[in-house]
Amino acid sequence: MNEKEIRQGVLTVLQELHEDIDYEEEEALVDDRILDSFDLVTLVTELGEEFDVEITAKDFIPENFNSAGRLTQLVLRLLDEG
Amino acid sequence: MFLSYPFIVFLTVLIFLYYVLPKRCQWFLLLVAGFAFYAAADIRYPPFLMATAFTVYGAALWIGRCSQKTAAYRKGPHKEGEAPSRQEKKAFRRKMEKKKKRILLLCLFLNIGILAFVKYTNFVIDNVNTVLEHTGRQELSYIDFIVPLGISFYTFQAVGYLFDVYWEKCEIQKNFLRFTLFVSFFPQLVQGPISRYSHLSQTLYGKHSFDGKNIRSGLERILYGCFKKLVIADRMGAGLHVLAEDPGHYTGGFVFVGMIFYAVQLYADFTGGIDITIGIAEMFGIQVEENFIRPYFSKNIAEYWRRWHISMGTWFRDYMFYPCSISRPVKKIAVFCKKHFGMGAARRVPVYTATMLVWLVTGLWHGARWYFVVWGLANGVILLISEELTPLYQRFHQRFPGLGGSVCYRAFQVFRTILLMSCLRLFDIYGSVRTTLRQFVHMFTQFGSHPVTGEELAGLGLSRADYVILGAGVLVLVLVSLGGRGGSVRETIRRQPYAVRYTVYVSLFFAVLLFGVYGQGYDVRQFIYNQF
Repeated sequence: MNEKEIRQGVLTVLQELHEDIDYEEEEALVDDRILDSFDLVTLVTELGEEFDVEITAKDFIPENFNSAGRLTQLVLRLLDEG
Repeated sequence: MFLSYPFIVFLTVLIFLYYVLPKRCQWFLLLVAGFAFYAAADIRYPPFLMATAFTVYGAALWIGRCSQKTAAYRKGPHKEGEAPSRQEKKAFRRKMEKKKKRILLLCLFLNIGILAFVKYTNFVIDNVNTVLEHTGRQELSYIDFIVPLGISFYTFQAVGYLFDVYWEKCEIQKNFLRFTLFVSFFPQLVQGPISRYSHLSQTLYGKHSFDGKNIRSGLERILYGCFKKLVIADRMGAGLHVLAEDPGHYTGGFVFVGMIFYAVQLYADFTGGIDITIGIAEMFGIQVEENFIRPYFSKNIAEYWRRWHISMGTWFRDYMFYPCSISRPVKKIAVFCKKHFGMGAARRVPVYTATMLVWLVTGLWHGARWYFVVWGLANGVILLISEELTPLYQRFHQRFPGLGGSVCYRAFQVFRTILLMSCLRLFDIYGSVRTTLRQFVHMFTQFGSHPVTGEELAGLGLSRADYVILGAGVLVLVLVSLGGRGGSVRETIRRQPYAVRYTVYVSLFFAVLLFGVYGQGYDVRQFIYNQF
C-alpha cells in the first residue's frame, strides 16, 4: 500500500465521522476541538480495522491526529514497524 | 501547614539560603527542604515517599534502557552481513515491549498497591464487617495505618512520569536525587497540582538568580491565597460545620444554603491553597502549572471539569480515559457493537465505559467512602446524560438561533452548572449517601416549612459582620475572576500608578490580618484537599 492509497483510506474513515469537514484543509483537528473524544476513539478503532495496525496510547497524541496528513504518516509508520 | 508561624520562618530561611548558596546547590537545597517539611508533618511519612521515588526511578531507568536497546537494534550500526532482517527487528521490538510492560505493571502494582493498602484497607474491612454483622460472625479488627499526607498526589505524579517514560513522551531523569526532588517538591507535595515531569523539570533544576520580581509576584499570589483561605473559606467553613452537624434541624432551605456555602468554601479553600503553592514556587523561580481557570463560569459540566482541578482531570484523561478507550478489549467490544448495533453504539461504548471507570476511580481517589464513589459515578452519569442531550440542545438552538449568544442564556448556563455541581457536593457536606439523599429531597419538600431567617443564619455562628465580610470577599473573587478573562489581573494591577498598586496590596494585607479567621486559641483549618 503506498502513501497515496493510505491517505485516501484515512480520508474515507474521517469522512465517515463527519462529512461536513474539509479534511484536505484542516490542520488542527484536535487542537481546535473539531474532533471530540468520541471521534478520536472511533478513529483509532476504524483505522485499526482499515489498515490492520494498532494505535496505542504511545501514539495517541494530538500531533498525530491533527490532520489527514499526520494520520497518514502515523499509519505509514505503524505499517512499517509491523 | 502553609499557614503557620514555623512555616513562615522555614520559608524565609530557605529563600535566603537558596539565593545565597551557589546556584548549583539550589535543587539539592529544595530536596532537603522537602524532606524536612514532610518529616515535620510526621517523621514516619518520608519512607513512603522514598519507596515511591526509588521504585519509580528504577522502573523508569529500566524501561528507558529497553527503549534504547530497541532503537539501537533497529538503527544499528551492525557489522556487515549481521544486520537483522525486518522480521528479526519486529520480533526484538515485541520482546522489548513485553519486557517494558512487565516492568511498568510491576511498578504500578507496587505503588498503587501501597496507596490502596494504606488508604482503602479499612474501607474494605468496614464493608466486610457490615456483611459479617448480618451473618452473626465475628467482625474483623481495623488496622491503624499511617496515611502519608498527600500520598494520592505524589503517587499520581510519579506514576504519570512512569507512563510518560513508557510511552517515550518525556526524557528520563537519570539522577536519583533530582528525580526524588520532582516527587517531593514541597510546595505541591500535599495538595498538588499533580505536575508533569516535562513541564516542572524545565524550571525545577535550573540555576535561578535572585529576582525581586519573582519574590514580589510570589508574595502577591500567596497574599491572595491567604485572603481566600483565611477570610472566606475558613469563615464559611465554620458556618457550614454547624449546618452539616445537625441535618435534622437545618433542613429545607438550609440545605440550599449549605450547598452555596460549600461551593464558595471549597473554591476559596482549594484555589487559595493552589495560589499559595504557585506563589511559593514563583519565589524560587519555579513555574507550577495553573490548576483552575475560572471554573464557576463554565457553561456545562464537561467544561467545568476541564477548568477545575485541571491537573487531576488531565491526569485521568491521559493515563486512564484514553488508554482505556483505545485498549484492545474495549476496541473489540466497539467492533462487536458496530457489527450488531451500528455505528452509534460503537462510538458510545468505548467512551462511556472509560468515562464511568474514570469517575469511579476519581470518586475513590477523593476518599475511601461510599459517598465519594456515588459522587464520582453521579458525575459520570450526568456527563453521559449531557452528551446524549447534545442533539436536543442543537435542535433547540437551531429553533432559537439568537438565544445561544445572549447574556441571559449564558448566565443561565453558568448558574445551571454551579447548581448541578453544588447538588453533587451535598455528598461531601453530609458524608453519607442516605443523609444526602434525604436532605436533597427535603430541600424541595420542606423549603417553605423551614424558612431561612436572619435569626437562624445567625445561629450558624456567623455574625452580621461575618456575612458582610463574606459578601465582600465573594464579590472580590467574582471581580478578580471576571478581570482574569482579559489577561492576568496581577499584570493589570502592576500597570497601575504606584499609589493605586500599593493601596491594593496594603488593603489585601490588612484584610487578611484583620478579617482572617484566626486568633488566640484558633486552629487554622486544614486545607480540604490535604486529606486526599
